[in-house]
This record gives sequence, C-alpha cells and structure tokens, in this order.
Amino acid sequence: MKRDIFNAIADPTRRAIITLLALQAMTPNALAEHFNTSRQAVSKHIQILAECDVVTQQQTGREIYYHFNAKKMKEVDEWIERFRQLWDDRFNQLDNLLNDL
Amino acid sequence: MNSTVINKDLPNKKLKVTRHFNAPIAKIWEAWTNPALLEKWWGPKPWTAVTKTMDFKAGGLWLYKMTGPDGEGQWCRVDIHTVDAPNGFTSTATFSDEDGVKTGTFPDGHWNTQFFADGDGTRVEATLTFDTLADMEQLVAMGFEQGFTMGLNQLEELLAQ
Repeated sequence: MKRDIFNAIADPTRRAIITLLALQAMTPNALAEHFNTSRQAVSKHIQILAECDVVTQQQTGREIYYHFNAKKMKEVDEWIERFRQLWDDRFNQLDNLLNDL
Repeated sequence: MNSTVINKDLPNKKLKVTRHFNAPIAKIWEAWTNPALLEKWWGPKPWTAVTKTMDFKAGGLWLYKMTGPDGEGQWCRVDIHTVDAPNGFTSTATFSDEDGVKTGTFPDGHWNTQFFADGDGTRVEATLTFDTLADMEQLVAMGFEQGFTMGLNQLEELLAQ
C-alpha cells in the first residue's frame, strides 16, 4: 500500500523515529533501543515510514540500516511554500489597496 | 515590504498565516468584509473574486466565483460561523457550484481569522484547520491552489502563443 507523507508524521513515535534517522542511519535493533514499546511495534512504524518513502533500507554486510529520505520530507515544505506564496501575492495586492483606502 | 509567515503544525492538521499591515484595524476589517474591496485583492493574479452574495454575520454566507480572465472559474462558498468586528471571525471555506451547493471535490478548510492592533498597523493571524489528515493529503496531492494553478498554466500557454 502506498501511503502519503502525512501518515508518516501523524504519530509521535514515527516523528521520533524520523528525528533519530535524520541524525544517522540505524539498524532495527539500535533504533528499537530508543523506545519503550516492543520491537514489533517499532518495526510496524518503520514499515509505514517505508511505505511513505520517508525511510529507505540498505543492506550493509549482514545488517540492514534504515536511512532517512530527506527528499520526501521536502515535498511538504514545497507545498507549504506554494501556500505561503499564494497568501503573499494576495497580501501584496491588499497592501496596494490599503494605500488607496 | 512586510513578509508573510507560515507556521505549520501538521500533526494537528493546522497551518497559521501571519502578516503585518501598515494600516489600522478598521481598514483591514473593511477590506476583508466588503465584496467590492475583496474583488480587488482576494483573487491571486490573474483571478478575481466576484461576489454573488455576501451576508457577513454569524450563520451567514459568502458565495463568490474565483473568475479567470476568460470568465471561467471556480465557485467558492464561505460559511461564516462567528463575527467579532473588527477583531476577527471564524469561517469554513470550500468549492461549490453557483448555487452554493458543495462540489465535494475540495476539502473543507476551517479558518480562524484574527486581527490585532500592532503599533500604527495591524497584525493578521489566520489559522487554517482541516477535519482529517486525508483532507490535508488531498490538498497536497492537488497542489493546494488546484484549479487556480491549472488556470494560470493555461494562461501562460496562451501568452506564449
């Protein structure tokens, strides 16, 4: 199942995982040590993050490492920047109008 | 020029737009609630917000058409929930047809628009909240301005010819 970026950030544990992986790539075990929940629960969150393309996995030797995919998070930023631009255009027009009122 | 700042609180499905204006709060209120004035600024270029009906009171409705240069456009309805002139109002905005019947193609956006006297000017803080993450996802998928951007691209193509 393909998920959207908002699924990724909807949950506090997933936001914590993103924050950790943004600092460095980690193995599933190393990652799970940061949480009080079961390994299975953490692995379920990882799976969702992978489906959102926020996390990718790479095999290094015998270990799997999870990596943070910064490009995916940029989509949200770009969307917000377009939203900001829309309002900025509007407000600049309002500035001109206010000068004439 | 004053800058427009967006604060995001995505887990709570919230975006806040903040902007300072070098005009007193009474003028800001007038610009936001008078259809003849809204027509001059609400539509991002080259769009114009042409009002069909506006009843700016609690429980009232603003029905307008975001109209492009060719006369085509998108009807939008804004349901006004509460009004506290000149300090602010709450509303819900979405796409509709010309009779105000919701199209269901655009998620409801709930706005809390507040105006604060700030020195000689006014600070506007408009907070947008969505009902569900799915609604927010839909907006991202559509690129937010949806029809408007599509229209803009069409215009650019036209001008390039």
